[in-house]
Amino acid sequence: MSEILTFPPAQVMPARDAVLAAQGVMAGNAVPEHIADLHDTAIQRLEETVAPIAMLCEVARTDFADVYRGEERNEPRTPVGDMFGRADHLALFAVTLGEPVSQAIADCFGSHDFALGAMLDAAASEAADKAADLVERRFGETLHGRGWTMPPGAVLRYSPGYCGWHVSGQRQLFDRVRPEQIGLSLTESYLMQPLKSVSGVIIGAARDIHKFAASYSFCSQCETRGCRERIRALFRE
Amino acid sequence: MDQLAQIADGVIAGADEQVGELTRQAIQQGTPPKMILDDGLIAGMNVIGERFKAHEIFLPDVLMAAKAMYAGMNELKPLLIKEGIPSLGKVVIGTVRGDLHDIGKNLVGIMLKGAGYEVIDLGKDVAPEAMVRAAQEYDASVIGMSALLTTTMPAMSEVAEILQRERLNGRIKTIVGGAPVTEDFARDIGADAYGYDAANAVERVRSLIGNT
Repeated sequence: MSEILTFPPAQVMPARDAVLAAQGVMAGNAVPEHIADLHDTAIQRLEETVAPIAMLCEVARTDFADVYRGEERNEPRTPVGDMFGRADHLALFAVTLGEPVSQAIADCFGSHDFALGAMLDAAASEAADKAADLVERRFGETLHGRGWTMPPGAVLRYSPGYCGWHVSGQRQLFDRVRPEQIGLSLTESYLMQPLKSVSGVIIGAARDIHKFAASYSFCSQCETRGCRERIRALFRE
Repeated sequence: MDQLAQIADGVIAGADEQVGELTRQAIQQGTPPKMILDDGLIAGMNVIGERFKAHEIFLPDVLMAAKAMYAGMNELKPLLIKEGIPSLGKVVIGTVRGDLHDIGKNLVGIMLKGAGYEVIDLGKDVAPEAMVRAAQEYDASVIGMSALLTTTMPAMSEVAEILQRERLNGRIKTIVGGAPVTEDFARDIGADAYGYDAANAVERVRSLIGNT
């Protein structure tokens, strides 16, 4: 299965608190009016420029093993490496907000509208994550339609460049998904263009399989610890 | 309130049109450009920098002030060049080879300019050799490098190595920053400074150049 998905801009609009937090205005702070106005302008600009489009490509475990192996630069043990062999379903994906939003950010900086540019950049980063959430949800719905239930099953996405899966894995992922069809390309250093894009694997597996301790060799150097919140969220649902 | 204080206040308020107009008026009235720069524009940005450091204002406030500062600088720059008035120092900045994330680097550049430095922004995906070459070409005192990915961080050490190899590390200092970069990493690769955010980077550059 390989399909192209599009989403209305309204579905990827980020939460106000998340965008403001990226600008240092944490939840609970009073938001000055001029910053609230700036946020609203950035969201309007975002809505005008994003065109979320994704590719979703279901793969067998053996095929994913090749993708995951990549250029053999992964850490010896990783969460994805430990769990994909026990997965019920796997899908590769790549999603982008499109080039116009990156251009809009660059235009803001070019015209010295730095505050708007930074706010728009933060909003677009959040929106890219929301777009990836939508792809993940769509895969879950597809599986649900086939009688695979959640819980006990759960879908969660993982990306090259995180949790020991070396970013060079992008090359095999791109070879398999071919997201050039939706305007996505990869640089020599494995970065996606347009920049506001997300790629990875969505693992459909028993919920407990997604639960791992932060005890891998690279966890001590991780500053975000984003996996903890994602796992917690999975068990809240 | 005198005109220079009004300019500083305009910068602090992020009133770009007002700062542009007041700067034009000050120039027409014969106020020396260096005085407008130091006691108006930079004075305003210094207040903003202090308030940001004290968590009294937010990043958007800093960036709106920077826009106002740029409006004034647009008026002043031709005169500063004509009169040969030097900046506080020259800093070459860039996002390292392989990395396309430039928002952090842009913020550092904006704040360095606001503090009175001349910034040569090489953009993103900049090769280590190009950073060193630009620093030599522009006679810059500092190279500022930004990376968002752990995989692109090694390019920072290449710059430090080139500077050492070519015995330029005494004259050209380095500062590194970006989400995955740490003080320990900076020390390990032989960088001269680490900036944990844009405001801190300006302070560290001040120390490196000796403007403290």
